[in-house]
Amino acid sequence: MEKDNNKKSISIVFIGVFNILLFIAMIGYIVIYAVSNKVEMIDNGYNTHQQLLRNQNIRGKIYSSDGKVLAETVTDENGNETRSYPYNNVFAHAVGYSVYGRSGIENLANYYLINSNESLTNKAEAYKNEQKFPGDNVYSTLNTTLQQTAFEALSAHKGAIIVSEVKTGRVLALVSKPDFDPNEIKKIWSDITNDEDNTQLLNRVTQGIYPPGSTFKIITALEYYKENGEGYKNYKFSCNGKFTKGDETINCFHGESHGSLDFETSFAKSCNSSFANIALSLDKSQFSKTIKELMFEDKLPWEMSYSKSSAYCVEGMSDGDTMQLGIGQGTTTMTPLHLNLITNAIANDGILMKPLLLDRVVSNDGKVVESFKYEEYKRLMSGDEAEFLTGIMEQVIEKGTASRLKGLSYTAAGKTGSAEFKDSTSDSHAWFTGFAPSENPEISVTIIVENAGSGGEYAVPIAKRIFDKYFDIK
Amino acid sequence: MEFYLTEIAKYVISGCLLAYTFFSFLVFIYKGEKRRGWIYALQTAFLFLTQFACFIQIIAKTGSKRYLLLLAIQMMVLVMTISLFRIVYPDGNRLIINNMCFMLMVGMIVITRISYWKGIKQFAIASVSIVIAFLIPELIFRLEVLEKWGYVFAAIGIVILLILLIYGSVANGSKINFRIAGISFMPSEVVKLVFVFFAASVLSKNTDFKTIAICSAAAAAHVIILVLLKDLGSALIYFMVYLCILLVATNNPLYFASGLSLGAIASVAAYNLFPHIKVRVSAFIDPWTEIDSSGYQITQSLFAISGGGWFGLGLYGGNPTSIPYVEEDFIFAAIAEELGIVFACGLLAICISTFIMILLEAYKIKNVFGKLLCVGFAVTYIFQIFLTVGGNSKFIPLTGVTLPLVSYGGTSVLVTIVMFALIEGECLVRSDERYQDYLTRRKEELERRKNGKG
Repeated sequence: MEKDNNKKSISIVFIGVFNILLFIAMIGYIVIYAVSNKVEMIDNGYNTHQQLLRNQNIRGKIYSSDGKVLAETVTDENGNETRSYPYNNVFAHAVGYSVYGRSGIENLANYYLINSNESLTNKAEAYKNEQKFPGDNVYSTLNTTLQQTAFEALSAHKGAIIVSEVKTGRVLALVSKPDFDPNEIKKIWSDITNDEDNTQLLNRVTQGIYPPGSTFKIITALEYYKENGEGYKNYKFSCNGKFTKGDETINCFHGESHGSLDFETSFAKSCNSSFANIALSLDKSQFSKTIKELMFEDKLPWEMSYSKSSAYCVEGMSDGDTMQLGIGQGTTTMTPLHLNLITNAIANDGILMKPLLLDRVVSNDGKVVESFKYEEYKRLMSGDEAEFLTGIMEQVIEKGTASRLKGLSYTAAGKTGSAEFKDSTSDSHAWFTGFAPSENPEISVTIIVENAGSGGEYAVPIAKRIFDKYFDIK
Repeated sequence: MEFYLTEIAKYVISGCLLAYTFFSFLVFIYKGEKRRGWIYALQTAFLFLTQFACFIQIIAKTGSKRYLLLLAIQMMVLVMTISLFRIVYPDGNRLIINNMCFMLMVGMIVITRISYWKGIKQFAIASVSIVIAFLIPELIFRLEVLEKWGYVFAAIGIVILLILLIYGSVANGSKINFRIAGISFMPSEVVKLVFVFFAASVLSKNTDFKTIAICSAAAAAHVIILVLLKDLGSALIYFMVYLCILLVATNNPLYFASGLSLGAIASVAAYNLFPHIKVRVSAFIDPWTEIDSSGYQITQSLFAISGGGWFGLGLYGGNPTSIPYVEEDFIFAAIAEELGIVFACGLLAICISTFIMILLEAYKIKNVFGKLLCVGFAVTYIFQIFLTVGGNSKFIPLTGVTLPLVSYGGTSVLVTIVMFALIEGECLVRSDERYQDYLTRRKEELERRKNGKG
C-alpha cells in the first residue's frame, strides 16, 4: 500500500512538472512573439493602436544626415495637422508620403514617428496644456547636397540614381523620376491612381526592372575569372562588329568593330561580340550558382518594397540565350538597387553591408531612442575576385567607355551599360555603376537614364557630378 | 497631476503584482499553514495595493467618482472573504483563497473597464458564489457518500449534455446557455465538476481492466457529445482531466500514453470531419492572410498583447473592445494590453502557484477519492487557462474557453469558486486524517508506556 502511494506521488509530480513546463514555454513564446513583432504589428493597417498613437502624439520629424528637416507636421491654430515636405519633389521617393497609405521613410520609420519617448515631465506639461506629445524624430542617412545634385543631374529624364557608402551601407541619395510633390499628394492622388500609365509613385531604384545590358558583364567577367583564374590574361579575340553562332548573331553597340582584344579591353570597351564568345565558354551550372549567390531571384537586404531581379542559366540552354545572358540582354532583368549592392560588395572586398536608410531615432527632447548599427549582410565574392573586378573596372575609366572620369583629382572604377529594351529600334537605357576612389573606395553610385542613349555619354557625366560634389563637400 | 498618477500607477501595479507573485511562491518553502501566516498577510496587503492602484488609474483617467464607491464595496467583500474564511476554516488552505481573490479582483477591474454594468453584474455573481462556497467545504467533509455514487454522476453528466445537444440543434453556436430570470446559465460548465466527481469516484474504488474500459467509454461519451456541440475547448479539458485522473489512479503510464495517441488520432479525424475545426486551425497557422475574416479576432488579440508593451497602456489607455467577445474569450489580451505583459505573465505565475498548491494537497491526502478529485480539479483549472491564454496568443489554435475567475461569465465564475471550495473541503479531510493519525500514534504510545510499566 505504501509503495502504491509512492507511485501515485510520482504520477502527480509528473502532471505538475508537465504543466509547469507547458506554461513556461507559453510565457516565453508570448514575450518573444510580442516583443519581436511589435514594430511590424503597429504598422499593420488593421491595428487600432496606430490611431491611438496618432491621437496622442504628433508625428515626428524626418531629418537628413546633415540635419535638415525633410518632413515635419505643422499644426495650425485650429489644431489641423499638415505634413510638410520642405524639399518638395527632391526627396519624393526617398522620404515618401504618409496619407493614403505610406511609402519611403515615412513607412519604414512609421513606428518610431508615431511613438513618443519624451520625458515624463515634458509629457505632463503638454497634457496640462491639452497638447499632443511630440513624436520621436528620425535621422535618415540621406545627404541633402548629394540628393539635390543627383536630382538636378537626372533633370527631366526618367530614371533612377542611388548613392551609397560602401563600407557602411548607408544610402546617401536615392532619386527616381518621374517624381511628385509629397505636399500635393492629396490633390494629385486620384489623378495618379486613376491613370494606369502614370508611374510617378513608382520608386524606380527599388522597383524598376530594367535589362542590365553591359553592366551585367561584371557578372560574366566574375564567372570567367572564377573558372580560369589568372588564365584570363591569355584570352584573345578579334572583333569585327558582330559574332555569330548557329543562326544567332550578336552585334556590338552601333555595329562598332573593336579589332584585336584581350580580356581587359573586351571589358573596358564593352565588346558584345567578345562577351558572347566568353559566355559560350562558361560552365552553365557554375554560372547558375554564381548568379544565385549574387541574389538573383532572391530576397535583398532591403526593408521596403522592391522587385526581384532575374537571370537564368540552365544546362541545355540555347547558344542564343547564353550569348544574350552574357551581355545582360534577353530575359535578364535587374533593379538599380540590386546592381548598386553588387557594386558595393566589389568595392568592399566582396562583403556586402546591409543598406541603411535610418541612422538613429531621437526623442523630441534629445534622448537617443535607437541607433541603427552597420551590419555585414553577407560575402558575395572572395577578396581576390573583388580585387580582380576592381582592376578591370578601373580599365573602363582608363581606356574604355567611361573615359569622362579619367584624369580627375580622384580615381574611380565602374562599368557602363547601354541596354537595348526593344528589338526593333536602337533605343537604349544608359547605365553606369561604379565607385570612387578606386584604391580605397568610399562611395558608389548606380545610375540609369531611361531611353537616353549610351551609358558613357549620358550616365557617366551624372556620376562625375555626384563624385565631384562628394569629394568637394568632404 | 492626473498624468503623473496614471503613468506612475502603471509601474506600481506591475510592482505590486510581482511582489504578490513572489510571496505566492515563497509559501512553498515554509511547511505548515501556521508558519506561513506572515506571508499571507503580506500577500493580502499587496492584493489591496494592486486593486487600489488600478482604481487610482481608472479614476484619474475617467474623472468619475462612481468608481470610488465600487472600490470600497469590492475591497470590503474581499476583506470579508479572506478573513471570514480564516475564522470559519482554520484548517483550510489560505493560498488558494488569496489567489482566488486576486484573480477575481483583476477580472472585475478589467470587465468594469470594458463595460461598467457587466462589471457590476460579475461582481454580484462572484459575491453570491462566495457565500455559497462557504457552505461547501463542510458539506463535502460530511457527505462521504458522494464517493460511492460513481456512475450516477456519469449518468447525470451525459443526460445534461444530451439535452443540450437536442436543444442545440434548434439554437446555434458553441455557447449554449439557458436564460432563467435574466440570468444566463451554461450547464456544460457545471457538468465539468460532475465529470471529475464521476471519474474520481469510479477509479478510486477499482482499477482493473474491466472498470477502466467501462469508465473510459463513459468519459469518451462526454467528450464526443461536446465535440458534436462544437464546444472543442471543453472537450479537450474533459479529455485531459480524465487522462490525468486515470494516470494517478492506475500509476500506469501506458494508459496515459495510449490515451494521448488515441486523442491525437481522434483530433485528425475530427479535423477532417468538421469544417469549423479546419477554419480554426487555418486561422491559427496563418491569421494574417485572412485578417478581415476568420483571422480577425486572433490578430486583434495579438495587436493588443504586443501593443501594451512591458507595463501596458494603462487602464482606459488601450482599445480592448476592438477584439470581438473580449470580455469572455480574450480577457487575457485585454489585460496584457492595458496592464502590460509583465502583469499578464505574473498573473499566469499566480495560476501556476494555485495549481502547485492543489497538487500538493492531492499529494498529501490519503483518501484516494479525495486525491483523485484534487488532481482532477487542478488539471481542469490549469488546462483551461492554458487553452484560453494559448489561444489568445496564437501559441495553440483558438478554442473559445474562458479564463477562470477573470473572464466575464457568471456560470464560469460560480463553477470555479465552487471548485476551489471543494478543494478546501478535501483539505479538511486531510487535516482530519492527520488528526486521526495523531490519535492512533498517541494511543499506541500510551499502550507502550503502559506495557513498559507492567
